[in-house]
Amino acid sequence: MEFTLKTFIFYGFALITIASALAVVTVRNIVHAAFALMVTLFGVAGLYVFLQADFLAATQVIVYVGGILVLILFGVMMTSGRLEMRIHIERGQLLLGGGISLALLMLLLTVIANTPRWENLTDDGTPLEPTTKQIGELILNEKFLLPFEVASVLLLVALIGAALISRKEVRD
Amino acid sequence: MPEIFSEGFFPKINLQEGTNWATDFVRDVIIPRLPEAVAGHFPMELGTVLVMLAFAGIFVAVVPLLPLVLVLAERKVAARFQNRTGPMRVGPWGTLQTLADGIKLIFKEDYIPPQGDKLLFLLAPYIIFACSFAVFAAIPFGDGIPIPSDFNIGIFYIMAISSVIVMGVIMAGWSSNSKWSLLGSLRSAAQIVSYEIPLGLSILTVVMLVESLGMRDIVNSQSGGIFTWLIFRTPFTFIAFFIFFISSIAEVNRTPFDLPEAESEIVAGFHTEYSGMRFALFFIAEYANMFAVSAIGVTLFLGGWQGVLPGYDFLGGFPGFVIKTLGLVFMMMWLRWTLPRLRVDQLMNLCWKYFIPISFFNILGTGIWGLIFEKDDVWSIGISCAIIYVGLIGAYTVAGRNLVRKPEPQPS
Repeated sequence: MEFTLKTFIFYGFALITIASALAVVTVRNIVHAAFALMVTLFGVAGLYVFLQADFLAATQVIVYVGGILVLILFGVMMTSGRLEMRIHIERGQLLLGGGISLALLMLLLTVIANTPRWENLTDDGTPLEPTTKQIGELILNEKFLLPFEVASVLLLVALIGAALISRKEVRD
Repeated sequence: MPEIFSEGFFPKINLQEGTNWATDFVRDVIIPRLPEAVAGHFPMELGTVLVMLAFAGIFVAVVPLLPLVLVLAERKVAARFQNRTGPMRVGPWGTLQTLADGIKLIFKEDYIPPQGDKLLFLLAPYIIFACSFAVFAAIPFGDGIPIPSDFNIGIFYIMAISSVIVMGVIMAGWSSNSKWSLLGSLRSAAQIVSYEIPLGLSILTVVMLVESLGMRDIVNSQSGGIFTWLIFRTPFTFIAFFIFFISSIAEVNRTPFDLPEAESEIVAGFHTEYSGMRFALFFIAEYANMFAVSAIGVTLFLGGWQGVLPGYDFLGGFPGFVIKTLGLVFMMMWLRWTLPRLRVDQLMNLCWKYFIPISFFNILGTGIWGLIFEKDDVWSIGISCAIIYVGLIGAYTVAGRNLVRKPEPQPS
């Protein structure tokens, strides 16, 4: 394999992603795990940039780090006091969870094995095209319009549900 | 003008054509100036990375100087507003006061709360500092000055990076193991996450008109003088500018939205426990952020480096960009020393019940405007300015009649 600067940076990002992902599942302290997840998400965003998906990378950061992780941390900090949590696991859950994880792992490994040249798309000399236009056209064409609309309706339902739950009951 | 601002000193930057400006810089500027024996063996990739690092280094070296000036400016402005003189002792008219303060901060003890989380406590200032500097990478300062990362998702990248700052705030607040810090960081997180929505939506109106996310494209589309600046292009972007500006004041946690640092309630908010240079990092990041959001506002709505008249350099180029940006910074200071702090419920009401619906209305209106008028139609700009003028007069009259009450006669 040709060892260029790009492969060096790529494996740097891969290492950051995997190491921090391992930290997320092994660290006892929930807040530490959440911040390790932030590093993982950044690593994945870096890998997206390597795949010429700059818009996806920025979306990843803005949605997961700026939105979801902040909410996770909010939840954790509001309920702090039991940070060093020992999680009790039943045997049935262990079997079920292990089975599902194993199936997912197999699926991912097959995808990885069947994808040619997935680490260095920027190397083959093709110009870096803006992906925003393509994404916009795909989402607003017939191809992905229905899933897009369904997802937006789902989010709207979640929004209304959250507003309903958090709203004070007014009785007179 | 020094040579560095002149055209042709830097190669044309064009990522859309599949090249990288740093590679161009190595090929067109560095290699021709090397002795011939070395030039043939110059490693392009390593050179590209080194050039990128060098430009990043310029930013890391220059941007901390901004707070040095802005902090002094803030103190002088505050003094003027309160009929004082401000710092006068260090240097002529107190101009070296911030430098003295900085030196004092360097020599202070770097205190780490023993009950806190040491790793996260040490890490938090760096996250905030790095993110507020990374924003500068995509700001277009002038026509001949290369943007370190001029990619086609410029403004989206800025939003993504600045949304990470809140993680640093939460990290600082939680790891300090102090009630004030935790409360401050919770307030800050809630505020930033909320105000990101009207901010993003008002940026979207600009993106809809320009049809690009790239900062350079946005500036280039405002090249025809003051009336083609995006703020005057439609009545909706005029409203969007003010929503953007107010929301960005909330994003950088300044008065009247400084609940996360409300001195009278929670000491200093998320950085209560920090001292010495780590505190200085927060301080520098705050003022760098202030400059950055003003620069983004100038780029998006006030023409960036484009001048007031087409073809003339008045208020254009790099000096014009800085003057406009500092103007917005002065507006922020003006608001800070004029308005009292909002309550939490007022803050949330303003965001969720006023700004977000108005922003949605803006997006709808911009879309309809784009359907009716051709791009860069002279008529559309004329009609837009007329609507803005009538709207302002109307708002002034209505506000004058209804909102401003005459003081009730005092019993003598």
